[in-house]
Amino acid sequence: MVGAALAGIGRPVLSACESVGRLALFAAEAVSNIIRPPFYARQFWRHFVEVAYFSLPVVALTALFTGMVLALQSYTGFARFNAQSAVASVVVLSVVRELGPVLAGLMVAGRIGAAMAAELGTMRVTDQIDALTTLSTDPMKYLVAPRILATTLALPLLVVVADILGVMGGYLIGTVKLGFVSAAYLDSTWDVLEAMDVISGLIKAAVFGFVIGLMGCWYGFHSKGGAQGVGLATTSAVVVASILILALDYVVTEAFFSP
Amino acid sequence: MSALGVRLQGVRKSFGTKRVLDGVDIEVAPNSSLVILGGSGSGKSVTIKCILGLVQPDEGVIEIGGQDVTRMSRRDRLALMDRMGMLFQAGALFDSLPVWENVCFKLLAQKRITRAAARDRAAEVLAQVGLAASVGDLSPSELSGGMQKRVALARAVAARPDLIFFDEPTTGLDPIMGAVIDGLIVDCVQRLGATAISITHDMASARRIGERAAMIHHGRIVWTGAAAQLGDTGNAMVDQFARGEREGPIQMELRK
Repeated sequence: MVGAALAGIGRPVLSACESVGRLALFAAEAVSNIIRPPFYARQFWRHFVEVAYFSLPVVALTALFTGMVLALQSYTGFARFNAQSAVASVVVLSVVRELGPVLAGLMVAGRIGAAMAAELGTMRVTDQIDALTTLSTDPMKYLVAPRILATTLALPLLVVVADILGVMGGYLIGTVKLGFVSAAYLDSTWDVLEAMDVISGLIKAAVFGFVIGLMGCWYGFHSKGGAQGVGLATTSAVVVASILILALDYVVTEAFFSP
Repeated sequence: MSALGVRLQGVRKSFGTKRVLDGVDIEVAPNSSLVILGGSGSGKSVTIKCILGLVQPDEGVIEIGGQDVTRMSRRDRLALMDRMGMLFQAGALFDSLPVWENVCFKLLAQKRITRAAARDRAAEVLAQVGLAASVGDLSPSELSGGMQKRVALARAVAARPDLIFFDEPTTGLDPIMGAVIDGLIVDCVQRLGATAISITHDMASARRIGERAAMIHHGRIVWTGAAAQLGDTGNAMVDQFARGEREGPIQMELRK
């Protein structure tokens, strides 16, 4: 009885440990393929444009409206403590340190992580990945490495845009609706912002980009069972990447801003 | 380069508790053509995947050109793959690339050829399989099933391999197109002077493309002989399979 109960607990724990180990080996192999030649520049560029350029509208709109909402919410909240003057500072720090990287990461996870898992999953179930091997091409190097490198490098660029538009959204609401003087709002924004705020946000973005690429490739690469398997891989890639983004957000924040 | 011989000895492979290959022994001489026959789930595809290194066998020896490939590093396997070609059952053409890039994928990926030269080489190989050069600019999704098979065949032979595998080359095609594909396979293999290993359960196709045939059943080779003999081998299991008869030892086993 007790043995069966322990086995019931032990089996999934061992299975989870095995999965984490296999994922770690997959990630290590991907990184090793990123830094070792041959490099597939054409593949990298194709994915980089897909991530950086075609994700721009969704990331930009998300950041803009988030900045606007943040200004409005913090103004009405701070009014209770007569602290309305802190709106510009709160908007810029929140956007640059947290919301820019996290929201861009979640948006790209939904858009790109899903697409990568679906594309690689379809390639797996239609033998295209095996076909690559028979054409003397390492699928890890040709399919996985360029995708992970593209998301890792593209997300910081998207976050720069998200930061600028998020702050602009707050500025628009602050000056047009809440009655802030334009120069004073911008002064407050610049005064409070430090280089480390921006750097930490960009490092978060690179980490999130790596996670999105890794999860999209991992689930797509190991997809099986036809259309249903590809669907499951796509969902898993987005869900797991999103959870990891939120968890790693805490880890990176702790590393940079622990009191 | 010369054609490569293949030898399998005692190859076993299980997936979980299911034993798929149970001591497969096959020998294919250089510059010859072997067809492996067998019903669904008999282990044909796994045998080919083991030879290609796509599946690692649990036990046994697999020699290609005299080298035991089960002990090779991944890098050496990929290098040996340079001398091999494979036609997949469903084509496995890359959707994201036009036909000409599919055909010359190996040459382009290894930078053995410029993109301009690859276009010319693709047109040349497409002509060998009866397709116009203009097909090279189409996407694989724009092609019919028969055309996709021809393009997949063109891709398999474009890098002039010494050992070629054909996985169910006529499945899903009408009988005339099947015969056309078989004819192209025979032409390509003869032109290259390569060794060919095919798997099929299409008897007409097996007789057309194979010099020798082997039947696999429950993960073991139960018969080998001349492909022309199929249907009249004296082996009840093979003859039943070749004639497509309901009654016979294979059905009797299913009833157990």
